[in-house]
Formats: sequence, C-alpha cells, structure tokens
Amino acid sequence: MADEAQAQLPSDNLVAVRDLTREYKSSGGLFSTARSMRAVNKVSLDVPRGKVTGVVGESGCGKSTLARLVLRLIEPTAGRVLFNGADLASLAPAQLRKLRCSMQMVFQDPYSAIDPRYTIRRALLEPFEVQGVALGKGEQEDRLIALISKVGLSPRMIESYPHQLSGGQKQRVGIARALALSPSFLVLDEPTASLDVSIQAQIIGLLEALKQDLGLTYLFISHDLSLVRYFCDRIVVMYLGRVVEILPGARAEARHHYARTLMDSHFVPDPKHRKAVTLLVGEIPSPFNLPPGCAFAERCPAASPLCQRERPLLSEHATGHLVACHHPA
Amino acid sequence: MALLSVTDLSVSIGRLKPLDGISFDIGKGEIVGMVGESGSGKSLTAMSVMGLLPLIGGKMTSGSIRFDGIDLATLPEPRYRALRGRRIALISQNPMTSLDPIIRIGAQIDQVGILHLGLSDAAAKARSIDIMRQLRIPEAATVHGNYPHQLSGGMKQRVVIAMALAADPELMIADEPTTALDVTIQAQIIQIVVDLVRERGLSLMLITHDMGVVAQACDKVVVLYAGRVAERNGIDAIFGEPQHPYTRELIRCIPRHDQLRGSLTGIPGAVPSVMDYPSGCRFHPRCADALDICAGAIPALEQKAAGFAACHAAINAAGKVSAHG
Ligand SMILES: Nc1ncnc2c1ncn2[C@@H]1O[C@H](COP(=O)(O)OP(=O)(O)OP(=O)(O)O)[C@@H](O)[C@H]1O
Ligand SMILES: Nc1ncnc2c1ncn2[C@@H]1O[C@H](COP(=O)(O)OP(=O)(O)O)[C@@H](O)[C@H]1O
Ligand code: SF4
Ligand code: SF4
Ligand SMILES: [Mg+2]
Ligand SMILES: [Mg+2]
Repeated sequence: MADEAQAQLPSDNLVAVRDLTREYKSSGGLFSTARSMRAVNKVSLDVPRGKVTGVVGESGCGKSTLARLVLRLIEPTAGRVLFNGADLASLAPAQLRKLRCSMQMVFQDPYSAIDPRYTIRRALLEPFEVQGVALGKGEQEDRLIALISKVGLSPRMIESYPHQLSGGQKQRVGIARALALSPSFLVLDEPTASLDVSIQAQIIGLLEALKQDLGLTYLFISHDLSLVRYFCDRIVVMYLGRVVEILPGARAEARHHYARTLMDSHFVPDPKHRKAVTLLVGEIPSPFNLPPGCAFAERCPAASPLCQRERPLLSEHATGHLVACHHPA
Repeated sequence: MALLSVTDLSVSIGRLKPLDGISFDIGKGEIVGMVGESGSGKSLTAMSVMGLLPLIGGKMTSGSIRFDGIDLATLPEPRYRALRGRRIALISQNPMTSLDPIIRIGAQIDQVGILHLGLSDAAAKARSIDIMRQLRIPEAATVHGNYPHQLSGGMKQRVVIAMALAADPELMIADEPTTALDVTIQAQIIQIVVDLVRERGLSLMLITHDMGVVAQACDKVVVLYAGRVAERNGIDAIFGEPQHPYTRELIRCIPRHDQLRGSLTGIPGAVPSVMDYPSGCRFHPRCADALDICAGAIPALEQKAAGFAACHAAINAAGKVSAHG
C-alpha cells in the first residue's frame, strides 16, 4: 500500500487524497426508509507544496466535508489522506496529534472559531493548550505579540473581546490562531465569504503575504470565481460530491460542461465586455437519488445516451488537466 | 423627467442617523446599480422609497422622494398602499419573507393580478403561468400548484420575482436578490431579470455588492459610503474614470485573473459603524488622498466630469490609478 502511494505521489505534493469518501445516512422517518448519500464520493486530488489549490462548486457539493476529511476532523467512510507521504489513518494517536500542528483550518465565520467570552489573548493561547505546548510567561508574551503582528493587528488588541472587533479583524484573529502552531498547510474554507469587498481584498492580500513569508501551502475553498482565478494555481471543480475537473492553472479553459457553466457564471467586472450568461434548464438532482450516469446529464447541453447510462471517469486530457466527461468541450 | 427622484434624503432610527442627504434619479427604462459595503444604507434607501420606514421605527428627517410626480414623503398610507406592489415592486434578499409557506405558489402570484389589476381568477392564473414561463420556471403549470417548501431556493426567488412582475410595475427595486443563492443560479436569475426588465422597458434599482453584476447589467451607478452618496456616475465612468477615491479603491478590490499576484491589498482600515461615523468626509480615515480639510469639512456632492462626487480633492482618478500602480 505504502509503496503504491509513494509511486503516485510526486515529492512536490504536500497532501494527496485518494478515493476519499464520506457517507451520510438520513435516519428514516415514520413513513420513509433510511437513505444514504455520499457528501464526498471517491475524491482523489493532489495538493502541490507551496501552491494554492482551489476547490469550487455549488452549495452542498461537498467542499466543507472534503476540507474536514483532509484535516481528519471527521473520519472518512473510505479512502486515504497522505500528508508528506504518510497515511493519516496509519498514524498512532500521538503521531496524529503532532501532525495536526502542521495542518490547520480557517473558517468562513470568524465568530464560530472564537468563543465570544474569550479575550483575543485566550483565543490565541488555546491552540497551545490543546496541543499541550507549555510556554513560559515571557515566551508567551513574545509569541502572542509576534502572532498578532503577523496578521496586521495591533498588540494592544490582545485584551479585546470579539464583539469589539470588526469582521475583518475577527478573521485576522482566526488566521492568527491557525498560524499559532507554525503549520505548513492551511485549509481555508470560504475565509472571506462574510466580508465586504474592501476587507476581503485585505485578507487575501494578507494570506498571500503569509504564504510567501512562511512557505505555506493552501487548500482554498470559495464560491467566488474571480477570486479563485486570481488566487489559485490549480482549480478543482466539484459537483454533487465528485471531482468533475481539475484545471492545471487559473487561466485554463474548463472542458467539462458543468465546470464551463460554473466558470461562465461570473459576471466580468468590465462594462466594456458585456456577455450573456448561458441559461441552463433542469435542476440539480437530489444527492440521495443520483442518476447512474453523469450527474450533470439532466442539465447538460451536450448530453448523449451514453452520459445517461455510464458515469464518466476522471482522465488526464493534458498535463495536469483532468476531466470527467464523455464529450468534453 | 426622472421616474424616481430622491433628493437630500435623510433618515433617523432612534438616535442613529443611518442616511444623510441621499440624492439620485432613476429614469424610465434605466437600470441603476446601488453599491456600498454592508451598513452603508442600501436597504434603508429601498425601504424609504417603499414607504416602509415606520415598520422599523425609522423616519425621514429631510428630503423628498418623487415617483412620477407624486411626492411619496407626504403620501397618506392608503394611497401609498395602492402604489406599493403595484407601480413599485420590491424583491428582497430572502424569498421566504415574501412567500407564505402555507399557500400554494400559484395562488400567491394570482392574488397580485386579482388585487392590483382586477383580473378574474382564470385570467390571473393564465397570466401567472405566462410570467413564470418567462422567468424560465420549468413546468410552470405544475409549479403553480406547489407549495413554497417544494421548491429550491433559486426557484423560490423566481416565484418572488414573478409576484413582483405580476402587478406590471413601472419600477422594480431588487435588494440583493440573489445573494443567498449559488453562483450559477445567481447568474441565471440576474440574466433573466435584466433581460425581462429591458424587454418591458421597466426601471430597475439593483442593489448589490457585486461589482461584476453592476458592470454587466447597469446603466448608472450610485456608490454609497457610510450613509452618504460618494459618487453617482454612468457605468463606463465608474469603471473607467471613477471620480471618488472610494469608488476607485472599490474597483481595485475586485480580483482579476490577469492581475499580478500580490497586487490585491484592499482598502486599509475598517468599514465605519453608524454608531460612530467619522467627522468630515466619512472616508477620510481610509483615504490615501485625504487633505487637511477632509477630517473637518463634509464634502458636498458636486459635478465632477460627467458625474457627481463628494470629495474635497478634485482628482482625475484615472490618472491617479496609473500614478499608484
Ligand atoms: N453531518 C452531516 N450529516 C448529514 N449530512 C451532512 C452532514 N454534513 C454535510 N452533509 C451533507 O453533505 C453534503 C455536502 O455538504 P458540505 O457542507 O460539504 O457542502 P459545501 O460544498 O461545503 O456547501 P457550502 O458551499 O454550502 O458550504 C450536503 O448535502 C450536506 O447536507
Ligand atoms: N431596523 C433598524 N434599526 C436600527 N438600525 C438599523 C435598522 N436597519 C438598519 N439599520 C442601520 O442602518 C444602517 C444602514 O443599514 P442598511 O440600509 O440595512 O445597510 P445595507 O443594506 O447597505 O447593508 C446600518 O448601520 C444599520 O445597522
Ligand atoms: S459526461 Fe455527458 S452529460 Fe456529463 S458533462 Fe460530459 S457531455 Fe455533459
Ligand atoms: S474628501 Fe478627502 S478624505 Fe474624502 S474622499 Fe475626498 S480626498 Fe478622500
Ligand atoms: Mg461549506
Ligand atoms: Mg441590505
């Protein structure tokens, strides 16, 4: 197993995900039987070291579930996550705990990560406590000041409470918390979705600078396609729990028909280049009742009988460009 | 003459003064974008036009709102009611605030035609289904008999838009109509609404924080900052030659895929709160162009090039962008 994993894992990938699956069951009600769905379905992807890998897709397609699986905040139903070549499932609890310092998450809602009754000091010291890292008084102070300065906040804010901070400042605290244990890998789950544009741009600027300075690797989940195109080196497109396309670069043209629609769905901020959005028919199928073939077939303008019948597999169309489509554009 | 003219509108809610001297026009057949950060006063402007301020304990303290020559500020509530939902329709962000969960969708849309246009039940139903088709609701006749909970968020929002259109309004106000929806659905709904509005020659006030939507859909733009108008301008000028430093910076905050890495920096500082708006120009603590007078004196909204801007520094922003970059 380990050898096979190594073989398909070029050394420049910090994280590799293989056939990762997470199943959820809805408990059957009085008149219905229990049903199951796969929030994440056999997902395989690589996260190259020092790069930003973007994950996009509609609400409910499994992005956050994937994020939590990658960090092993939830257990997979099947599949593996390799961090620096090591299978997370094969690690002893003590080893896994140590590894957790290297992998951290930044959430969309900065409030959710910070207890409203805690001062910023406490919020920032918590990761050390959780990991059992004992800090001397002076060292503690130095670390806190270094952390808070790193995210562009004033050390005077250390004694503030969350309600005294703006949304952008709270997100900076969220990032500082994630950085506390000097990770090499950050999963950013829509870190700017609840912020105003002028603040979103600040936070992205900060994340860019931190990545440079600290040599970080990011898995970046977002709904904002122009942001993903600007920020990411590779883009993973998900639809109903599966990866349907992996674009090797931010400028690469999507070839899967859903990925194309998604990429087309953003309004270009340029009134000199007006362009109509392609209108789709049909609705997203229920994740509890997926069709046997391509899950996009019902809405796809290029669908054929083959698409209804057989699920297309992800295959490499150009170097680093993977597409799961019978009739790629 | 403009269909809607808002002049020097100020609003207070208790001790707060969230709107201060808002002025703008919407002409017949025009799509006017209203942009600004959260709390800048977009929704309150919409509520003022709809005469809904009393609902939230707010009141107009100055200014006038004229719709087709009618002074809305002094209009008695019964006459306002005849206008609201009929000649001026509001589409709000959350479709469930406009839909009754226990009444079939069709009945809710039909009601608008029956009430406002005096149609018979059968005529109203035929008309509802027709409007639903125009909004590309699949199997409109079936959906007409469904309850709201049977529909996806995107379909529910289309139903709300159908209700707004059913009264055959002259002015539609859409307050972030798609923010809660997925990007693909968002793009589709905006596209459909804009096409319909253009086709029927309606006027639309489109409130959004998405500058992409503004660029693709609007003729003119009103930029709000902290309860005041920072700039009003034509769509090409807003993107090509913004006259106010805030507009210019806002546009620089939109990530572009062809943009140099590391060039996205945002606007320093934080969005001010209505509880403590800065003195003078409310943008001054964040403004790179601020002059000595900016902290003390409120800049008036004055003609700058083809538009209007409230700024002490009479700058040519286009030149400024190249000087910065
Ligand atoms: N704990 C859970 N129990 C049952 N179903 C779940 C659970 N967590 C997620 N799901 C389901 O799994 C699917 C994927 O959810 P997930 O949160 O990963 O989506 P997402 O892509 O992050 O969406 P969004 O863009 O809205 O954040 C959804 O259908 C969701 O309802
Ligand atoms: N019902 C209310 N009571 C008190 N303050 C309000 C109320 N509604 C809005 N405000 C305040 O008025 C300002 C403008 O709000 P709003 O028009 O909703 O902004 P936007 O729609 O631009 O985000 C904000 O500071 C907000 O907190
Ligand atoms: S596999 Fe078929 S249905 Fe699916 S995206 Fe490709 S062409 Fe469309
Ligand atoms: S008035 Fe002064 S602070 Fe305000 S935008 Fe103009 S230059 Fe900047
Ligand atoms: Mg999510
Ligand atoms: Mg609002």
